[in-house]
Amino acid sequence: MKSMLLAGFFSLCASVALAETRTYDLTISQVQSTVGGKPVPKIAVNGTIPGPVLRFTEGDEAVIHVTNRLKTPTSVHWHGLLLPGVMDGAPGFNGFKGIAPGETFTYRFPVRQSGTYWYHSHSLGQEADGLYAGIVIAPKTPDPIQADRDYVVLLSDYHQDSAARIQANLKKSSDYYQYKRRTVGDLLKGAHQEGLGKALKSAGEWGKMRMLPTDLSDVTGYRFLVNGLTNAQNWTGLFRPGERVRLRFINASAMTMYDVRIPGLKMTVVAADGRPVQPVEVDEFRFGNAETYDVIVTPREDRAYTIAAESLDREGFALGTLAPREGMTGDIPAHRPRAVLRMGDMNMDVMMRDDPNMDMSQMDHDSGWADTGAPKGAVVLDYAQLKSLTPQSDTRAPTRFIKVVLGGSMERYIWTINGRTFSPQDGIALGYNERVRLIYVNETMMAHPLHLHGMFVQLENGQDTDRLPDKHTVIVPPGQTVSVLLSATEPGDWPYHCHLMFHMQSGMMTTLRVAAPEAGFVPPAAQPAPDHTSHGEGHHAHH
Amino acid sequence: MHIIKAVALFILLPSAAVAQHDHSATYHAVWLETAYSRHDGQDTAHWDADGWVGGDTHKLWLKSEGEVRDGDSEGEVWALYSRNVSTFWDAQIGVRHDFGIGDRTWLAVGVNGLAPYFFETEAHLLLGEDGTVGARLRQENDLLLTNRLILSPSLELNAVSQANPPHGTGSGLTDATAALQLRYEVNRRFAPYVQLDHQRKLGDTAKRARAAGEPDEDTRVSLGVRWLF
Repeated sequence: MKSMLLAGFFSLCASVALAETRTYDLTISQVQSTVGGKPVPKIAVNGTIPGPVLRFTEGDEAVIHVTNRLKTPTSVHWHGLLLPGVMDGAPGFNGFKGIAPGETFTYRFPVRQSGTYWYHSHSLGQEADGLYAGIVIAPKTPDPIQADRDYVVLLSDYHQDSAARIQANLKKSSDYYQYKRRTVGDLLKGAHQEGLGKALKSAGEWGKMRMLPTDLSDVTGYRFLVNGLTNAQNWTGLFRPGERVRLRFINASAMTMYDVRIPGLKMTVVAADGRPVQPVEVDEFRFGNAETYDVIVTPREDRAYTIAAESLDREGFALGTLAPREGMTGDIPAHRPRAVLRMGDMNMDVMMRDDPNMDMSQMDHDSGWADTGAPKGAVVLDYAQLKSLTPQSDTRAPTRFIKVVLGGSMERYIWTINGRTFSPQDGIALGYNERVRLIYVNETMMAHPLHLHGMFVQLENGQDTDRLPDKHTVIVPPGQTVSVLLSATEPGDWPYHCHLMFHMQSGMMTTLRVAAPEAGFVPPAAQPAPDHTSHGEGHHAHH
Repeated sequence: MHIIKAVALFILLPSAAVAQHDHSATYHAVWLETAYSRHDGQDTAHWDADGWVGGDTHKLWLKSEGEVRDGDSEGEVWALYSRNVSTFWDAQIGVRHDFGIGDRTWLAVGVNGLAPYFFETEAHLLLGEDGTVGARLRQENDLLLTNRLILSPSLELNAVSQANPPHGTGSGLTDATAALQLRYEVNRRFAPYVQLDHQRKLGDTAKRARAAGEPDEDTRVSLGVRWLF
């Protein structure tokens, strides 16, 4: 303990000695927001939603004074940043107690990385109510990503109902906000298109499981915002034709995943979750909650280009514009058809467990979720394409496999990790510097963006071990298995949860506990690797 | 014992919720149907309330239904401790009190949940003070004509082990009610409806009704509103 304290002290001295101290004052307060026309109470940082973008340079000492002007406790979590546990800002973890009304808490930590990140509240539904904003950290050395312009494009979903009200409504009735359920008419249409037998069989299969094939989003009624602006307010990033424009996309939405495209422009993905990746040219990408992507675009024509982020449930667009002059708008693309989930989105293990006699040979194994509706020939970013720009420093083989089962009951709106709703004493324990493989098994019909605080995981996406991409948030598609590697180098009790706000609030959260170096933690025996390879998807997410 | 435990939990649960992510908060839901029908020249008001308060595992479940005709009310009230025992099912234990023609209290044990193919199911065994054993089974389903116009067929079956002449019931299956409700969900909290109920007395109970010169079946139409609080 003593040696660690000393080491910590010296490293702090070292960073303080070399670094510049960058100070911010943030005030959290309730505001009456009129984005939807009707004034509703929301939560703002320094009076705005989103709050100010915080900018640092790698190596800085960050000093952030957060003052709570709410009537309830608050907190700010620095999403994706590597920092001491108590500075992570999740109340109830690592000795952080939250910020009481009227109090000022000072976050202080060395900035050990560069890239695009964001911050948000980790207290009840405050994030969904408006407490979020971007973080941009410039690298210490020259940026490998060169651009003439640099914009934050922060997407969020804005609801007239408070997060507490939405949560209470979902608990009353999990389909409270669902108005796209299949109707008798859809069944008749299906019968007309593919025959009555097939339509009834499909309805029967879903009915037997008590699941809905239209279960893409639990909450509707959102307005989608770009940097806090509505589509009518039209956030605009200016360019001169031929310039390289860097767009730092942040999905700060509480419940919405998007398909993002800029019709007429190719996007070159240069960073994922803040970490540089080898450039990949794409036409669009699927954007999970809490993820970030940096892309480079080079608009050449003297015209407006529309940044179109379409919600996965096709309820709307978050729209922005790239234009040579203010006041211009581009065309708004047509809505893509809404996906309908298929049997391929079911976790086969769960189906077999529920009905061992089920004949799966006749089943449609395609994923409805993965069907983005992109036109033929369009390149949609696949996780498998992400390749770290710099080699991974830790390429050890994992010594332990840990299954992280994402489950729940949509009917009762309960969401679980390894069969349990969140309880502070539960969790996954790792030794210091232990190298493990975390195997995410999604047993539900919804995609879950799984976020780990305090560390990056390396996504096992088929790239070479030393080029696996770092991620802080990983989408686990419905019914799929995804695996990641983790080097447990940051001691502490780290929140580990689905970043869909109401899934987390309904229990899909646990603790990942990394022992201190001197703790003498003995890892439990390795669990055998579960056999998921027989279902064709292996350990890689396809979406 | 369960009831005592449940009460203790309900007192403890709210204080356990603090301002961090805590799924163990207490929630509630109350569905209330209030309807009116004119039947045999009489105005009748009906109510059917179904509500709970609690957390993911433990709930206090309260139900009541009945009608008021010419100022006389008749109906039942249930108070149940409801515990989630599997994904789709709650086990329940508590009491049912009938009032109106003759007051009567039952001990109720049963299940409440969602059967495959989305059948909302309630099945309860009842034990009366006089040793009578009763049973009730209820199923309800939603057919979506559109996402807001919903046709909801339901079926209720009742049985008792012993005849109860003052109530006009014989032993065995006593009655079945099939209902068809067509409602329009303006939103989830407010849905006007029209409902057709057809009740038929069965077996010994039907025989007793016929012997007394009363009809053994009854059909009525009511207009109502369904609320969610």
